[in-house]
Parts: sequence; C-alpha cells; structure tokens
Amino acid sequence: MEPLIDIKNLRVDFALRSGTVRAVRDVSLSIGRGERLGIVGESGAGKSVLGFSIINLISKPGRITGGEIIFGGEDISRYSYEKMRHIRGNHISMIFQDPMMTLNPVLTIGTQMKETILAHMDVSDEEAEAICLDKLKKVYIPSPEKRLKQYPHEFSGGMRQRIVIAISLLTNPKLIIADEPTTALDVTIQAEIMSLLLELCENENMGLILITHDLAVVSEVTQRIAVLYAGKVVEIGPTDRIIGSPQHPYTRGLLRALPQMAEGKRRLNQIPGMMPSLLNMPKGCPFQPRCEVRLDRCLREIPVLTKAEGGAQVACFRCQGGDQ
Amino acid sequence: MTAILDIKNIDKHFDISGTILDQLRLDGGRITRKRTVVKAVNGVTLSVMPGETLSVVGESGCGKSTLARTVMGLYRPNRGEILYKGERIDNLSSSQMLPYRTKMQMVFQDPYASLNPRMTVRQILEEPVRLHNPSLNRDEVHDKVAEVMRRVGVDPVWSTNYPHEFSGGQRQRISIARALVVDPEFIVADEPIAALDVSIQAQILNLLMDAQEERGLTYLFISHDLSVVEHISSRVCVMYLGCVCELGPAAELFANPRHPYTQALLSAIPRLGGKAGGHTRLSGDVPTPINLPSGCVFHGRCPHAGKRCMTEAPAPRTMQSGVVVACHAVAEGRI
Ligand SMILES: Nc1ncnc2c1ncn2[C@@H]1O[C@H](COP(=O)(O)OP(=O)(O)OP(=O)(O)O)[C@@H](O)[C@H]1O
Ligand SMILES: Nc1ncnc2c1ncn2[C@@H]1O[C@H](COP(=O)(O)OP(=O)(O)OP(=O)(O)O)[C@@H](O)[C@H]1O
Ligand code: SF4
Ligand SMILES: [Mg+2]
Ligand SMILES: [Mg+2]
Repeated sequence: MEPLIDIKNLRVDFALRSGTVRAVRDVSLSIGRGERLGIVGESGAGKSVLGFSIINLISKPGRITGGEIIFGGEDISRYSYEKMRHIRGNHISMIFQDPMMTLNPVLTIGTQMKETILAHMDVSDEEAEAICLDKLKKVYIPSPEKRLKQYPHEFSGGMRQRIVIAISLLTNPKLIIADEPTTALDVTIQAEIMSLLLELCENENMGLILITHDLAVVSEVTQRIAVLYAGKVVEIGPTDRIIGSPQHPYTRGLLRALPQMAEGKRRLNQIPGMMPSLLNMPKGCPFQPRCEVRLDRCLREIPVLTKAEGGAQVACFRCQGGDQ
Repeated sequence: MTAILDIKNIDKHFDISGTILDQLRLDGGRITRKRTVVKAVNGVTLSVMPGETLSVVGESGCGKSTLARTVMGLYRPNRGEILYKGERIDNLSSSQMLPYRTKMQMVFQDPYASLNPRMTVRQILEEPVRLHNPSLNRDEVHDKVAEVMRRVGVDPVWSTNYPHEFSGGQRQRISIARALVVDPEFIVADEPIAALDVSIQAQILNLLMDAQEERGLTYLFISHDLSVVEHISSRVCVMYLGCVCELGPAAELFANPRHPYTQALLSAIPRLGGKAGGHTRLSGDVPTPINLPSGCVFHGRCPHAGKRCMTEAPAPRTMQSGVVVACHAVAEGRI
C-alpha cells in the first residue's frame, strides 16, 4: 500500500556564521495511513527540525537543501507558503510542547476554533460551533459550552494542551506531528494526554509522529520507533523490537541508561561522552567516538541503514556482521 | 540513630496581596482589606537520617522547592521548626547560619542560572573554599579545586573557561563540584537532572551516588522522574498541595502505594513496552494553594472520598509496613 507520507533523503541545513550545520542528514522514512511513529534521540539530535521540516516550518537560517517529502503523490518539500498552508490547515496538524505556540492569548477558545473551521470549511456559524463542541468532547473537556467562551489563561497547562489537540482535530487531519507534547506537564497529566492521543489515532485512523526523548512514553503509544543521532536515523523498527532487542549500540546505550534497566545494580549504565557538535562531526560513524564496540572500519566509513532481523533497519557495521 | 535533619510541622505561606492599595476591596458598601496567601507548604513533618536519600515527589506546584528552600534557610517558615543534628536553624541570623552553610549545600535544576556567567570555573569553585576555609593558602585552595574537578569528571585544564563554554551536563557537574568542594554533609538537590538527556542523567546520578558512598553524604532529592526516584531513594515523601500524603521506604511505597494520590501518581508512570491508558484517572484539576480545600486537601479528586474527608484533615498514621499515610479511607480500612 502507498504510504501516507514518504520522506526520501531529506536534508536540512542551517547556514550560520560559524559554518553550515546539517541538522537532518539524508533521512528517509515513511509512515503508513493511521500509523504511529516515534522519533527519539538526545537533545540536539534533530528531532524537532525533522518534524518541522515535514510541514515546512523551517525558517531562516534553516532550509531544506535536499531530498523530497511525498504526500498525496506530490513532493511537498518545495511547495510555496500558500500551498503549504493548505496542507497544514487540512491534512497535517502540529502540536508543540508549549500550547501557547498554537493558542492566541487574547481570543476566546471558541473564537479561535471557529476561525480555523471557517477558514477551511464551508459551514455556517452554528455548524462550526457544533464541530467545536464535538471536538472538545472528544478531548474530554467538561462543560464545553461554557469553556468556548473562556480565554487560554483560564485553563490549566494540561487542559490547554487538550484544547490544542481539539484544534488540531478540527479539520480531520490524516497526520498529527506532536513535538514533546507532554514534556512540560506532570506525569498524571502526561498519562491523560498520551492515552487521549492514542485513542484518537485509533478511532479516527489518524497517523501520528510523536517526537520525544522519553523512551517509555514513546513505547506506550507508537508502533514504530526511529532513533535519531546527530541528524541521522541510526535505527528504525517495530516498537517492541526496538525496546526489546535494540541493535544499534546507541539505542542499546539509551535503553540501558534507564534506571529500570539497572538490574538491581545501584550504578546506572552510562554512555560515555556526548553527542558531537554538528559543526565538527567525527569521521566515519557519527557514534564512533562514544561506541564501545567500534571496528576499524567505523573510523573511516559512514554506515548506512541496512535490514536487520525482526523488521528493523540499523546503521552500524557491527550489526551487519551479525557478530554482536 | 538520630536524624541529620528534622522538619517539624512546617508551614510556608507567601503573601502575594501586594501593596495596601491592592488589598482594598469594596464589599457590600464597606471597604475591606483582602489578603491573598499562597499556602505552599502546610504542616510538613519529616526526618532525614544520616546517609540516606530521601526524595520528595508530587505534582508541579505542590511545594517541593519551597520546602527545600525553607530547609536551606532561604525562606523563613511561618510555623514549625527545622533542626540540623538537633539544633534549631530556622530562626538564625545569617551570621549564625554561616557554619551550617558549609554542611548544607544545594544543587539546582538549572546550573546555568545558578553559576555566575562572569566567573571562570576556577573562580566559581575557589570562592566557597576561601570563604569556608580561610586558613588555606593559595596552593592548597588550588589543589582542592583541581581535586574536586577531577572528581566530578571535568578536566582541570578547563578551569579558566566560563560556564557558557560547557554543555548542560558539564555545567551540572560544575555545580555539583561547587557543592562538594566545601565538604558538606547534607545536600539538597532540586531537580538536578531535569534538563538533561538520559545518557547524561545516568552520568550525573552515578556521580551523586558515588559521592554519597565515598563521603557518607545525606541527600534530600527532588525529582519528577519517578523511575529515577524509585532507583536512588531510600525513602520517598509524596506531597500534594503542600501536605504530606505518604512517606515511607522507597521499595515498599512503590510496591504497595496506600494513599489514593500515591496510587494515581504511580499508575501514571510510563512503562517501557506498556500501553498508554492504563492509569488511574483523577477527576478535576489541582486546586490552587490559595484556596486550600477543607478537610483532606485531596478530597475533591479522590475516588475514595467520604463525608469525613471534606471536613476533617486526616492525621498521619504509621502502618505496619513502616509507611506513614494520611488518609481517612486507609485509617478506616476502606482501602
Ligand atoms: N534556528 C536554528 N539556528 C541554528 N541552528 C539550529 C536552529 N534550529 C536547530 N538548529 C540546529 O539543529 C540541531 C537539531 O536541533 P533540534 O531542535 O531538531 O534538536 P532536537 O532533537 O529537537 O532537540 P531537543 O530534544 O533539545 O528538542 C541543533 O543541534 C542545532 O544545532
Ligand atoms: N516566592 C514565591 N512567592 C509566591 N508564591 C510562591 C513563591 N514560591 C513558590 N510559590 C508558590 O508556591 C507553590 C509551591 O511552589 P513550589 O515552587 O514549591 O512547587 P514545586 O513543587 O517545586 O513545583 P515544580 O515541580 O513546578 O518545581 C506554587 O503555587 C507557587 O506558585
Ligand atoms: S482522606 Fe479521603 S479524600 Fe483524602 S485521600 Fe483519603 S479517602 Fe481520599
Ligand atoms: Mg526538539
Ligand atoms: Mg520546584
């Protein structure tokens, strides 16, 4: 079946005074209809830039400098601002960590929601209101009629994020891109938002790209996980596979560093060193300076994603030898 | 064993009424003066034993940082006492507090905000050493700083660099170095790993645990990462709206949460390989600490709330397992 969105060799550069930062390096991924994909990795790995570039929200000094993003049979990576606005309004929605990126503080929730509907659909005022109420009920906002008349500051952080989700649902999108939607929220509220996203995706057959640094969160919601390191996908595969038997030394390291994986030991397993600066990438495999199982070859050549067992793909020479 | 720190029935309230003019209201034809008070910490009692890690958890705004700052003498409590090794410290002047400032250190979430950007790492670390050990000569101070830098894994060759020239993880190491350099006994760590990546978190937690082992340190640890708390704590204190709901040995509390809020909180921890949606759902939003609910502060959201919960604050009771729980339903044998 044709995927919902097909990203091929995507490249995003930031032209800075100190040099060109390649934040996304030849990333290829596709997402099926109704599929939920997680993107994980350390701070600065390029998760947000990748997510934003899909809907062309990259602004100067950043620019997509290569590859394509096929959606509905067309390469949307080169769409004009206007055409992209249409995609963003009708087919792909984005949820940010800070709900106030989406909400306007000086307008009531009702006004904002109706504006969105009227901009994209040919409906009457009453019909628009009915859609608003329906979506607010879907995200479990109590007494939605009253809530429509309130301003964003009258809601708690968790409720604001649910309202953003309601807004993102207004145009029945096929894909939601959520960038750390619960990172600023308490665990109890995170659990609510995540179960809500999962429920909505399942009920409406909506695709989801969930960007987070939290492996446990992503494992609870997605079907597939892509692990990003220094702008590259180093491993991608079914969620249970990535969590249960990670192949890439970086994925292994990330999982092993979790306290849940300390196996009765007090000291945690740590990954030595830190992610390289994108302006000063090491030769060969980007993970090579921190890798405890590197080969000579890793110092010279850059590994590409290669099929591994269990439907995963891994960019690691060790894993290709099958000797790990 | 005597406690290193005793917190006895502490209240910390913030008056946010503003000036007298801000407080005046016209109420039914009469002018009244209205005060607005944030009740951040309410009747908290707990003891920290030497060498242990006691963690405080609870939702944002439940008073964790306020409690930590009150312990450190940064805030004066409105009620109650704080004792360090049996001596009252909550009512001391800053000069009387000085000897305790060496023994008690604090590490913050944001090392960037807590490190002076105009000072080199060496200056940042030498200042407290000089202040607390006036007898040391230059070389001794120098050696002490180099030693502690090595201890936290920052090469002393970087000592002439400024905080912004380091990564977040390295900055947190430097702020831990600053705490360790005066040989403290007790460290309050308020979300020390919250801003860091998993792989760096593990480095910092190992550093804290190693330092504890080597020096017999005692920690009051604050974190919203419950998996981390479960791993590193000897005991855990669960707070809700400034009140202690449950306090007990970490293993017991995580295996067998008794208070309805603890149960809901732990059920929300995301599990590797689990599925979203299995958590206990609480009704309603967290009330503000400005209008504290009557009775049990949790009653408005509690699935087990009874009549008594609305009027009478539940007293802490020690269970057979050693866990202390403040809940009528538990006391009445309903949960
Ligand atoms: N506006 C910008 N100007 C210059 N460089 C940028 C800009 N935005 C991103 N970058 C570069 O792109 C890289 C990837 O950033 P990105 O925000 O995608 O990381 P991330 O994986 O989302 O991290 P985090 O977990 O911290 O959100 C960064 O290392 C940064 O160097
Ligand atoms: N200096 C202050 N003046 C007025 N109110 C304050 C002050 N410090 C804290 N508060 C209020 O006291 C309550 C408790 O805040 P505190 O920072 O202790 O919570 P916390 O548990 O540390 O939360 P978080 O997890 O978000 O750090 C909050 O309602 C907060 O707004
Ligand atoms: S005291 Fe009552 S309201 Fe409070 S937690 Fe227990 S049952 Fe619930
Ligand atoms: Mg990001
Ligand atoms: Mg705090």
